[in-house]
Amino acid sequence: MSTATTDPEELVDFDDAVLVAPNWKLVWWRFKKHRLAFYSGFIVILIVIIAAFPGFFSTQDPYESATRGSFMPPQGIHIWDKGPAFYAYAAIGKRNQTTLKMEWVVDEETKVPLRLFGRGYEWEVLGLFKSNIHLLALRNPDVDKPIHLLGTDRLGRDQWSRVLYGTQVSLSIGLLAVFLSTVIGIFLGGISGYFGGLTDMIIQRMIELLQSIPPIPIWLALSASLPRTWSVTQGYIAITAILALITWTGLAREVRGRFLVLREEDFVVAAKMSGCSRMRIVFRHMVPTLSSHIIAAVTLAIPVMIINETFLSFLGLGLRPPAISWGVLLQEAQNLQSVALAPWLMLPGVAVIVTVIALNILGDGLRDAADPYH
Amino acid sequence: MLAFILKRLMTLPLLMFIFSVLAFILIQAPPGDFVTSYVAELAASGSSVDQLQIDALRQLYGLDQPAYMQYFKWIWRMLHGDLGISLDFQKPISELIGQRLLLTVLLGVATLIFTFAVALPIGIFSATRQYSFLDYFFTVFNYVGVATPTFMTALILMWLAFSQFGITITGLFSPEFADESWSWARVIDLSKHIWLPMVILGLDGTARLARILRANLLDELNKPYMEMARAKGMPEWRLVLKYPVRLALNPLVSSLGWYLPLIFSGSLIVATVLNLPTIGPLLLRSLISQDMFLAGTIVLTYFGLAVIGTLLSDILLAWLDPRIRMEEA
Amino acid sequence: MRPTLTIERCQLGSESFVNNETILSVKGLKTEFVLDEGTAKAVDGVSFKVDRGQVVGIVGESGCGKSVTIKSIMGIIQKPGKIVEGRIFFRLKQNEELVDLRSYDSRGEEMRNIRGNDIALIPQEPMAALSPVHTIGNQLVEAIRLHRNISKKEAEKVAVERMRQVGMPSPEERMSVYSWQLSGGLRQRVMIAMALMCNPRLLIADEPTTAIDVTTQAQVLSLLRELQSAQELAMIFITHDLGVVAQIADYVVVMYLGKVVEKGPVDDIFHSPGHPYTKALLASIPTIHTPAREELPTIGGSLPHPFNRPMGCPFHPRCAAFIPGTCDKIPPTLTKISSQHSVSCFLHSENLVDTQ
Repeated sequence: MSTATTDPEELVDFDDAVLVAPNWKLVWWRFKKHRLAFYSGFIVILIVIIAAFPGFFSTQDPYESATRGSFMPPQGIHIWDKGPAFYAYAAIGKRNQTTLKMEWVVDEETKVPLRLFGRGYEWEVLGLFKSNIHLLALRNPDVDKPIHLLGTDRLGRDQWSRVLYGTQVSLSIGLLAVFLSTVIGIFLGGISGYFGGLTDMIIQRMIELLQSIPPIPIWLALSASLPRTWSVTQGYIAITAILALITWTGLAREVRGRFLVLREEDFVVAAKMSGCSRMRIVFRHMVPTLSSHIIAAVTLAIPVMIINETFLSFLGLGLRPPAISWGVLLQEAQNLQSVALAPWLMLPGVAVIVTVIALNILGDGLRDAADPYH
Repeated sequence: MLAFILKRLMTLPLLMFIFSVLAFILIQAPPGDFVTSYVAELAASGSSVDQLQIDALRQLYGLDQPAYMQYFKWIWRMLHGDLGISLDFQKPISELIGQRLLLTVLLGVATLIFTFAVALPIGIFSATRQYSFLDYFFTVFNYVGVATPTFMTALILMWLAFSQFGITITGLFSPEFADESWSWARVIDLSKHIWLPMVILGLDGTARLARILRANLLDELNKPYMEMARAKGMPEWRLVLKYPVRLALNPLVSSLGWYLPLIFSGSLIVATVLNLPTIGPLLLRSLISQDMFLAGTIVLTYFGLAVIGTLLSDILLAWLDPRIRMEEA
Repeated sequence: MRPTLTIERCQLGSESFVNNETILSVKGLKTEFVLDEGTAKAVDGVSFKVDRGQVVGIVGESGCGKSVTIKSIMGIIQKPGKIVEGRIFFRLKQNEELVDLRSYDSRGEEMRNIRGNDIALIPQEPMAALSPVHTIGNQLVEAIRLHRNISKKEAEKVAVERMRQVGMPSPEERMSVYSWQLSGGLRQRVMIAMALMCNPRLLIADEPTTAIDVTTQAQVLSLLRELQSAQELAMIFITHDLGVVAQIADYVVVMYLGKVVEKGPVDDIFHSPGHPYTKALLASIPTIHTPAREELPTIGGSLPHPFNRPMGCPFHPRCAAFIPGTCDKIPPTLTKISSQHSVSCFLHSENLVDTQ
């Protein structure tokens, strides 16, 4: 007379499987149960793919400007015209003779036919070779004017393509900065937690000091001190370093706390008994055990970095044009005049919000999976 | 309790010394100095300056001395209440910062109160009615709130107000009060303007704090003392308020330590977008024009606000939690 | 009208279960936890009664449903747990009829007035049951002011009086002290004082000695026994330790997997245990006669998964006297083996021959 609603046989099997499963498998099982985080994982993968191949998804060279194409509103894609179709309406721009601004009207007479996997401008695939295949392209590139899914900016550049290229920079700067701060954090946190005593004291006081400083003024002061003459790459590296400089403390604290617990565990004692060196114990035995926690903490740190980069660039102290990042794009929408004239200039913000939400949910799911008893 | 506060106060001078050195280094970091950029500016506008004049300028501002001498002179003057002169505005810094600092603090405190006033009920509700419709709603609100950069919220609201209602919502005062001296009417005018930056600034923090409170409360709600209170015959809402909320408040208060400085420096970005007369936009301008003393003073002001915030949260926490109070005294 | 036991007595017929001294009578109590993974029958048809001045010990391993039983009695079962069946009769006043506590809303005012006032709990871990940020005095005063309309001053007086009663040294000073500033033994004394604040009719002690060391344990036990016999309190004492039961209980209920497997007066249980589980439990207690350095017998196997209870007798997979074809097929019922002693086992069942 079993009271279980589940087949008892299955339960027994499950129990046995759980008993022998390695830790990463347990984490994975728990993670899969967290539906929202699981789907967010897919969105994050999609964003990473876009960041890797922005050229494939974009419709126009992000640097190409058109003086007579400024401030064009977003154009929609239509898939029905008395039967399946794939086209957009052309837009006609006229310069207002009194205000000298471009004014746009949708021309419902002229259809611009589109196609998938068509040919367009040439882009570099991971810097290895060139391609001119795009997800979305004009059917007649020689006749029709390019379409702008998210409109154009002050210089008539295609915002859709710029947002996609911005993904590459914004995401990689977040990843790189987090990677840097993780390395510093794990190293100092690990040392602090393992050795304890004076080493721990000094590192902890340093962390406390750094954490009590509001980061934004420091970032601003540091970024302002970068020479204006630096190239885009130099600026990119410098901003990454500046972002990482302050954020490693949180990770270091987390790692240290876990180390203090782990230090007393049997397998660490066993490693010590069998004569492993301290460094080997820390980095071969303890760090791998922490990896799931570290992955979760890192996932949650990336969105913070992305937002910080956006802040800096938005204020004009982060990356500078011609570099393209979400923050640089949003700089175009810095004041009421531009926002009132072209509200679509705020759309790169949507990219920021979606990415940050997806990463945060993913990170929360990973953290819950790594530490169910939290 | 008193011993605890005194102990905390003792560390203040050391902290401020370290921070002042840090601020000085930060400001000294850019290549060249104010005179260099001043000369470049003059050259750009067509007039030229000879080396003698440049040296005279350097000497006037003490820029020809070694860095540590400049630091000690700066600190010495500051300790005597002389913040120096802004090279860019050609005005005493105390005059430039004075009112802006007051407004910065006002905005910060208003935001803090707003945050707690909204986050507390949301957090308590979400935890006690876990998985209810409103709990899910607040969860979504939290994710969106945390993910939206404050300047985006500011931009969107600014745009909506302008495009839908045709009003401009920048600044903290109506134009007629902007440069007035303080009066009752001006205070009322301020209260009409301050709520929007307050809400924008507080949104992110509200979402975070409500989330923290919810998590803490959920932990506390399963504790045996809850069962004990029920066994004593206490009404449910009363015991929730007396025990778990009270206990979950502690980590929340300790979060003030990082939250208050975050509000102050976070207001910098919103202030730039909304064009608020706080110290944020001034820092931005001074950094760009390499107005060293002004930038240094403002950075140090931010550090000072952070230290005060941490101190206040420590004291409040000690007052709330007897375990900390007795341990450290 | 609330259902009282007069009606019930007719239905129960021959079992003259209740007398005028009975304070609490639990009948066929079933409490379940409905989870996604399945339904856990934490308490599965438990019946027993407590008379005035009597100490009933409930014994069993962790997870056998002892704590859920008393939480059900007090009406503090939290979701997803739910009482699905059974009656909990309680005598609110001497010479009045027993009332069914299940007919009250567990969160309602009437039930709240019974909790802490008529039925008081001494919890398992005093450290966790006391709030670390409120003083002892505050929590003691609260216990009485919830039920009596008296001033704070008067309540404090009662609190000091109760603390003196439980042997707390310098009780006035302890009023302004926090729980973490006291030793484990003193903390448990505070909990006992708190339970006594309103002069309850029934005291429920949930493993009150597990969290404290052995010497203090003995002190707390003798204190409880003293208080109980002085005031002729009815008491339920929950423990997994048969040694403790021997010291304090008059009557013993042995539980396994949510079911009562044996119950009887303490002497009967210790001298002529009927159920193999009780026997195994008794065998695992070290006595002064146990030869030194010899392994104590243990009960083989482990508690089954709560969603995956064995068919028939719940104990059969671990039972030394397992009868194949019977124990794993039919659930045994409680059978009287003497006037007050009953066992739920086929070894004592006349039905056994019939079903075979």
